Amino acid sequence: MVGNMEGTASDAPVIEFRHVGYTWPNGRPLITGLNLEVGRGETLVLLGRSGSGKTTTLKLINRLLNPTCGKVLVNGVPTAETDVIHLRRGIGYVIQDVGLFPHYTVARNIELVPKIENWPAERIRTRVAELLELVGLDVSLASRYPHELSGGQRQRVGVARALAADPAILLMDEPFGALDALTRHQLQREFLSLQKRLNKTVVFVTHDLREALRLGSRIALMDAGRLIVVLTPQEFLRSREPLAAAYAQAFEDGFADAPREPTP
Amino acid sequence: MNLSQFLHQNYDQILELTVEHLWLVGISTLFAVAIGVPLGILTARRQVWNRPVLGTANLIQTVPSLALFGFLLPVPWLGERADRIAILALTLYALLPVIRNTYTGIRGVDPAVVEAGRGMGLTETQLLFQVELPLALSVIFSGIRVAVVVSVGLATIAAAIGAGGLGEFIFRGLAMVNNQLILAGAIPAAILALAADFGLGWLEKHLQPR
Repeated sequence: MVGNMEGTASDAPVIEFRHVGYTWPNGRPLITGLNLEVGRGETLVLLGRSGSGKTTTLKLINRLLNPTCGKVLVNGVPTAETDVIHLRRGIGYVIQDVGLFPHYTVARNIELVPKIENWPAERIRTRVAELLELVGLDVSLASRYPHELSGGQRQRVGVARALAADPAILLMDEPFGALDALTRHQLQREFLSLQKRLNKTVVFVTHDLREALRLGSRIALMDAGRLIVVLTPQEFLRSREPLAAAYAQAFEDGFADAPREPTP
Repeated sequence: MNLSQFLHQNYDQILELTVEHLWLVGISTLFAVAIGVPLGILTARRQVWNRPVLGTANLIQTVPSLALFGFLLPVPWLGERADRIAILALTLYALLPVIRNTYTGIRGVDPAVVEAGRGMGLTETQLLFQVELPLALSVIFSGIRVAVVVSVGLATIAAAIGAGGLGEFIFRGLAMVNNQLILAGAIPAAILALAADFGLGWLEKHLQPR
């Protein structure tokens, strides 16, 4: 931190990994030597193959997993020293399988944390309506049960639930991975406009470069539990780093191999 | 005298023994739920407890009921009253289905739902009471249903040690080689078992999470 004295509070990273490692109880390392900073209001995308440690990295932030070495800091405080429940209530968490409570209506799903935090009833009601509108759902869906919704609607509720207590940080683990291409595209667009309005600090996990390029302000490429490189989307496509280049190549091939109109 | 006349004439006593029977089954089921559900939660949360707890409950099941009633007779305080022994024995037998189904029900909750709950900052207690138990409720109930149906049958044997219940007719009938007496105990017991099965089954269906 020396030399950073002039920096204002908003320049300080919201999330910081310092030499973080995570090893399974059986001795298999999942994350090694991770150093990473996430700034306020940015969307950092963790990109990598399955098993590269993206999800593990994400879970180290809200302490669903605890680092076996090194430190994770949220707002400058080591997470190990924070009350875990307090920490998690300040961090929205969205996962691919959504994990809506099937026995609760949409409204109850969204209002669960505000209720536990003893918000007044009136404020909760307004908040639910506000959130439904924010994620593009009709208020009439509030009394539905999750099984009555489409996959896209469910994930919207998942996002609304994560935003309920207005956390400054949002963790998203392949939130759109299980959706069809069109719905995914639409939700990505909505995510961008939502992010413009809310300016949350987002850590977003995906294995899809296209999604990473579209949503990320920076892309952190991971492989075999190590952070390979952190690049902006523009830099990423020009990168000489072998794995990043391989990703970019695969991305371009996707267009190159598409059938074209015959040239006259 | 045919069976229906007999049933008619002994209406009072049949009713009395049925109530006694229900008492034995009801109290022992309450105990089994009060002990078994927490044990089931414990085994679901702490895997290391799974084997010893379920193993013990399994072992109890293998003890023949008549023998268990007999074993408990010389135990102080307990042996003073036959219904105490009967309730303890029935409780022990009812434990296994209650523990096992509580365990299965909680372990069967969608891991994504549990992870989402944990990630949102629910405490373990909130997770248990707001998410896991409500979602496991119908499975737990089906365990209770099995326990009750088995208990209704087992409770007839309690009459052998003088704990009362509909088994009294059955044992008296066996001793006197009187089929009508046997049936006077067996038929209400069967009806009780069926009614419990049906009633609790209905309840279980209505507790099913959507």
